Amino acid sequence: MRPDSLGFCRQLFVRHLRCGVRRVEDVLNSLVFFLMVVTLFPLGIGPDSNTLRELSPGIFWVVALLSALSVSGRLFSADFEDGSLEQLAVSGHPLGLCAMAEVLAHWVLSGLTLVVAAPVFALMLNMVPAAIPTLMLSLVLGTLCLSLLGGIGAALTVGVRRGALLLSLVMIPLTVPVLIFGTSAVGEAAIGYDPSRWIALMGAFAAMGLLLAPLAIGAGLRISLEQ
Amino acid sequence: MTRGYRALLAGINLDIKPGELWQLTGPNGSGKTSLLRAIAGLIRVGVSGTIDRPETLLFQGHAPGLKGLLTPVENLQSHPGGLIDAESDRVREALAAVGLLTSLNTPVMQLSAGQQRRVGLARLWLSKSSLWLLDEPFTAIDRQGTTLLEDKLRSHCERGGAVVFTSHQDGKFGANLNQLELADYAAR
Amino acid sequence: MWKIIHKFGSPPWFFRFATKAVQWLLPLMLIALVVGCVWGLLYAPPDFRQGNSYRIIFIHVPAAVVALAGYYVMAFAGLVSLVWKIKMADVAMRAVAPVGAALTFVALVTGAIWGKPTWGAWWVWDARITSMLILLFLYLGVVALFEAYENPEVAAKACAVLSLVGTVNIPIIYKSVDWWYSLHQPASIKFTGESAIDASMLYPLLVNIGAFYLLFAVVVMMNMRATLLETHSNAAWLREAVE
Repeated sequence: MRPDSLGFCRQLFVRHLRCGVRRVEDVLNSLVFFLMVVTLFPLGIGPDSNTLRELSPGIFWVVALLSALSVSGRLFSADFEDGSLEQLAVSGHPLGLCAMAEVLAHWVLSGLTLVVAAPVFALMLNMVPAAIPTLMLSLVLGTLCLSLLGGIGAALTVGVRRGALLLSLVMIPLTVPVLIFGTSAVGEAAIGYDPSRWIALMGAFAAMGLLLAPLAIGAGLRISLEQ
Repeated sequence: MTRGYRALLAGINLDIKPGELWQLTGPNGSGKTSLLRAIAGLIRVGVSGTIDRPETLLFQGHAPGLKGLLTPVENLQSHPGGLIDAESDRVREALAAVGLLTSLNTPVMQLSAGQQRRVGLARLWLSKSSLWLLDEPFTAIDRQGTTLLEDKLRSHCERGGAVVFTSHQDGKFGANLNQLELADYAAR
Repeated sequence: MWKIIHKFGSPPWFFRFATKAVQWLLPLMLIALVVGCVWGLLYAPPDFRQGNSYRIIFIHVPAAVVALAGYYVMAFAGLVSLVWKIKMADVAMRAVAPVGAALTFVALVTGAIWGKPTWGAWWVWDARITSMLILLFLYLGVVALFEAYENPEVAAKACAVLSLVGTVNIPIIYKSVDWWYSLHQPASIKFTGESAIDASMLYPLLVNIGAFYLLFAVVVMMNMRATLLETHSNAAWLREAVE
């Protein structure tokens, strides 16, 4: 760890955000992906608004999961390929912390944008409007968890051929708690019960992730660089 | 040092002193890049023995190590090496030294491969670290650039720094060059 | 204590140990398996509610228990490999993963076989079966990660990190699936009322659990021997030991 490491990580966060903003297509792409997959559900299940309303928390979260999966694959691959990951590893800065800066920037670009767009998708799925604030709150925490888990998966699979499929295989079992906490929170809110228990659990999972993910991601990236 | 259960190199004892210029030579596949990466600390699995490295070092691998969406100036200013004097004038000077004064504000991905390599090499003009590890620094560089680079490496060593590089070509370094032939250390 | 770990860490020592251990444990395991299975499947009394169809639990429960324990063994081996950099730990991890995955699969299949007569469906999404399925995914992830890397030494490190991450998550996953199930399904039919299990059924179950642990140990050691044979095929000590 160098004395200027924290400052450097902050700089990295901003730089990643700047790169992301220069590529607005990426952000829009994931939102469009979300929209398209949401559309598939009524087409598959039938347009009955009651069924949709009942299933909407589950559908929303599953799509959020899939969306996070497809986006996580890109987290470190650009840095790996252009050699900047290598430079980071050699620089003496703590790799896990620097990677966290990138993961958090990625979360802002993919997760928080989803939170902003969520009400639209929720209404399309006929979700009970009273549940939407809970949905948004659970999404803020949930997308953070998904970004952290995605970071761990991406760190381990970045140098590997067909890494995208492997990433899904590795990530999906780990994201089950997020899915359960999220759908339960929204589900409870939709029928008028108090979702705070589930939100608290989600928050605890996120807190644990924030503490432990840097270790796992740092280790994973170093391992990927060994090839 | 092993690579996937297959022993690659054995018995290397290398002491790099200030002012020394080292070239790792050997046929393809003999482990030049692997050894260099091991010295840099990127490869630790399968390496037995100890490697003492200075606190900071400069490493240039096969990949340019630059973000394509940023310009050369932005790249050099935000480089993690941070061994770099990031003031804009010095960055501009360095880029001018490698002949990229006209491309200061072009995103790196729009530059040619040779130009991208030169941006990476511009770090040599800005680096504060004493040990330089360069993997094939002479690829994709034209003759003028080669002379420039050779001079730079020489002057770095004269000022007490050290360089370890791999190359297929034999540069004009004369007697000051120490060579490590990796075929001599191939493990059976 | 440290000496023992170091001994296990030495390939020649471990190879000799494993060869002898397998020689002794294999017959013991076979006996235990036969005793446990015959006792449970044939001689234990029929259950009050489920009749004879419950007997599959004598295979299902041991498989499930050892499958879960196996993941922790794998994660522990991973920890040893990462922290103390002992190469034999890599070999151990590589050996455990497929065995654990197979046991999880057996647990799932026997669980389905149990489910059919009991609930009328081949697959019921209850807490335990669902958790077992997720455990299978976790195992498959480790196996797939191992195959994906070209360099097996580096692959082992990656799998170590993954299994450690999985270990931290397993309690959370199990608990959350439990809550999920109770949220959507008022407690109707519970799985084994384990606390109320009768002695005449408990003993064969315990015998089989022990037998499955032995099975696990034997197969893992055989796997490790095979890996050592493969990777150290040129070593003098190996040629000696095999002759």
